Amino acid sequence: MDMSTPLGRGPRMKLVMVGNGMAGVRTLEELLKLAPDLYDITVFGAEPHPHYNRILLSPVLAGEQTVADIVLNPLDWYKENGIALHLGKKVVKIDRTARVVETGDGTRAGYDRLLLATGSEPFILPVSGAGLEGVIGFRDIADVDAMIRASSAYKHAIVIGGGLLGLEAANGLMKRGMDVSVVHLGPWLMERQLDEPAARLLQQSLEARGMRFLLQKQTGELVAGPGGRVAAIRFKDGSEAPADLVVMAVGIRPNTTLAESAGLHCNRGIVVSDTLQTVTDPRIYSIGECAAHRGIAYGLVAPLFEQARVAANHLAQYGIGRYEGSVTSTRLKVTGIDLFSAGDFLGGEGTETLLYSDPIGGVYKKLVIKDDKLVGGVMVGDTVDGAWYFALLRDGKDVSGLRDHLMFGQDHCGNLGHQGHHRAAGMTDDMEVCGCNGVCKGDIVKAIREKGLFTLEDVRKHTKASSSCGSCTGLVEQILAFTAGGDYSAAPKKKSVCGCTDYTHEDVRAAIRNNKLLTIPQVMTFMEWRTPDGCASCRPALNYYLLSTWPGEAEDDPQSRFINERAHANIQKDGSYSVIPRMWGGITTPAELRRIAEVAEKYAIPTVKVTGGQRIDLLGVKKADLPKVWADLDMPSGHAYGKALRTVKTCVGSEWCRFGTQDSTQMGIDLEKVFFKMWAPHKVKLAVSGCPRNCAEVAIKDVGIIGVDSGWEIYVGGNGGIKTEVAQFLVKVKTPDEVLEYVGAFLQLYREEARYLDRTVHYLERVGLDYVKQRVLDDADNRRALYERLLFALSVEKDPWVERAKEGKLAHEFETVIA
Amino acid sequence: MNHWIDILAVADIPRPGARVVRHADIDIAVFRNAEDNIFALEDRCPHKGGPLSQGIVHGKKVTCPLHGWNVELDSGCAAAPDEGCAREFPVRIEDGRVWLDLTAIGRATA
Repeated sequence: MDMSTPLGRGPRMKLVMVGNGMAGVRTLEELLKLAPDLYDITVFGAEPHPHYNRILLSPVLAGEQTVADIVLNPLDWYKENGIALHLGKKVVKIDRTARVVETGDGTRAGYDRLLLATGSEPFILPVSGAGLEGVIGFRDIADVDAMIRASSAYKHAIVIGGGLLGLEAANGLMKRGMDVSVVHLGPWLMERQLDEPAARLLQQSLEARGMRFLLQKQTGELVAGPGGRVAAIRFKDGSEAPADLVVMAVGIRPNTTLAESAGLHCNRGIVVSDTLQTVTDPRIYSIGECAAHRGIAYGLVAPLFEQARVAANHLAQYGIGRYEGSVTSTRLKVTGIDLFSAGDFLGGEGTETLLYSDPIGGVYKKLVIKDDKLVGGVMVGDTVDGAWYFALLRDGKDVSGLRDHLMFGQDHCGNLGHQGHHRAAGMTDDMEVCGCNGVCKGDIVKAIREKGLFTLEDVRKHTKASSSCGSCTGLVEQILAFTAGGDYSAAPKKKSVCGCTDYTHEDVRAAIRNNKLLTIPQVMTFMEWRTPDGCASCRPALNYYLLSTWPGEAEDDPQSRFINERAHANIQKDGSYSVIPRMWGGITTPAELRRIAEVAEKYAIPTVKVTGGQRIDLLGVKKADLPKVWADLDMPSGHAYGKALRTVKTCVGSEWCRFGTQDSTQMGIDLEKVFFKMWAPHKVKLAVSGCPRNCAEVAIKDVGIIGVDSGWEIYVGGNGGIKTEVAQFLVKVKTPDEVLEYVGAFLQLYREEARYLDRTVHYLERVGLDYVKQRVLDDADNRRALYERLLFALSVEKDPWVERAKEGKLAHEFETVIA
Repeated sequence: MNHWIDILAVADIPRPGARVVRHADIDIAVFRNAEDNIFALEDRCPHKGGPLSQGIVHGKKVTCPLHGWNVELDSGCAAAPDEGCAREFPVRIEDGRVWLDLTAIGRATA
């Protein structure tokens, strides 16, 4: 063996993986994506099966799936990727000096890098009779086979341990026709995930299915029958119960025997660093249930996958990414029972508890709040919002504004979406899950099974479900949990701009500002983009960040804009375009209307429609006609196609209306003229009403203004789309000039700080209204500076329609080559 | 018999971007990527017929403007997990000009 091979050069290095489970194989998959040719890979698996989804053993036991269904990587996968697979071979020795592992039958393999993914083993109670026939754990396919065999020959099953695994085992055995009792030491079930009321509710619904419980019972011994097989369980209090099968599900312990024998430091797991390398030997990595990271050995899939990503990154010699621990949540996979638990669900000193309890309806929800943040929760019976709560918890969002509605879930916090169904389990395959893309439950289940999907992201890519408005995300996650098992919802805490980089939107903006980057290639080089010229997600974002940070200096890159902003019209489903000319404040004239009518006839425009924002839409314009249409209209660009200032909707106000207190129309015209041509992270809609009757519906606009007798009230962050959100009161001012300055300052703050494609509502949700008040209200100098920066940025913008209709700019965009 | 036609100068295609070429009532998108590779595909996304020529070009892919499918420029096929292909046409570059082999269309319309 060549010990001096330099990294990344010469012959391929050797990677040996001990363990063929979910964490380990995931690492290999991630590694093969990053560096397919770096290693010769050898895998040792103690079980005789290829990589399967261990979480789905419960449904296999319950007869809902088969072993074949849960295989994730068939033998062909190993072959195709050139992986030498040794099944049924247990590694018993690691020689760290010679860098060789050896199996029980004498097979040896040398390594440059070693990955220990030995997982865990069930903890077997040290009681008399624990070694009898018929006493098993619940860990692998062999255990499931043993249980299935027992269920056809015997009657009485005892499951010791009323935790997640124990209940799933008990449920499966019950489905197989056995008479099942769950023995539990604690006063209630799943005490590590549930509080007492939730556990009682769960117990009731399991009892209704025929499961029996022996709580607060301590196992004394297991008693053999005449044939030597276990026949009964005897408790410390002297009572007894018949038992032909005993499943021990009292906990797992990390499988560290091999690591310990090799002298690797272990303390409730193989101790690893944030790069998943063992602290003893940096050539050796360990991940999964056998590894102890910052004192925790994780047993859920989401954290293991996060670990896998980091470990693969380091194995691939990229050397970026650290694993910093995970917040976990739990779902129970007992078909028909919805249960969710996360974080500190018990609460205590300094916490507040929101409680909803409907014992008849079988619903119990508890949310624990500390310092205006959600820190934990438990739900039984209605878990559709589990993913949403978990996201709030993980992101540490301020929930003070949501408090009143928090308990009733996301749908009641303004998210209209389509209301649809709440319980995935009760849905039939032909019921629609995603209303945007018409995806039914059956499609999703099929894709998850056939393509081996694991994450929400995977499901979105393959089925498009939940990829548009997102209101069915909770439902899709439930379906994932039931079909693929476990909780796959954990998204990274920091969201990168796109797959081309690990940097966040904030990182990119800071780099552009601090280093005065002026072009997209500069940003990509400076920030080491992974792709040569980005993708359709990052390029428009970068273009906007450059233009908004360096107005007048950074040059617009039309090729990095979505077609609507490149053609300055809205593309339609048939490839034609729509044109919406600007009408300041919604006011038009007979002459304009005549021109619009003539243009519609001259260019045979099939549809003329009034929009929701009080403008006129010409639909079905051929691209080649656009410059001529604009020239003939002789009206300013309405920017209805852009992430830009759209319209300012107005009511008629004091000029005509008998209730009007202010001239809202003129205010709207002024606002629209001042902020005309304003590009933004997303579209921006304004409205002005002349009295509190609010005919312009300002409460659902990014900025809404209501005229009252003594001045103007300014509201911000309203939204009328997927997520209906009522705007929040920002400030009341006296004069129209003040309105312009305050509104301008708010919009500039949003332009400078929001992530691309965030509406004002999302921006406000992230930074909070208090922050905006600080920057715009309390600090007058800052307000003026913001407003002036906006005015400067607008001063260098030109009307794109005029440029194209009259100055011939980018004429090729509208020309077809005839061949 | 091949049916090669001189179409336009490479320099007339925005980089990275596309131009639409119409031949016998069929729209063909002629792409130029950042590395000056030229590709020609029928201007119809395999998903719902969206005009690929209007999408953002990145690497060797274009993102359809209608629903965001990514289509590989050198094969015309949608990037996994989406499935389907747009018809591709052979391309030749001579003296800075793009030539297309439009035999396939010629035959269909002949």
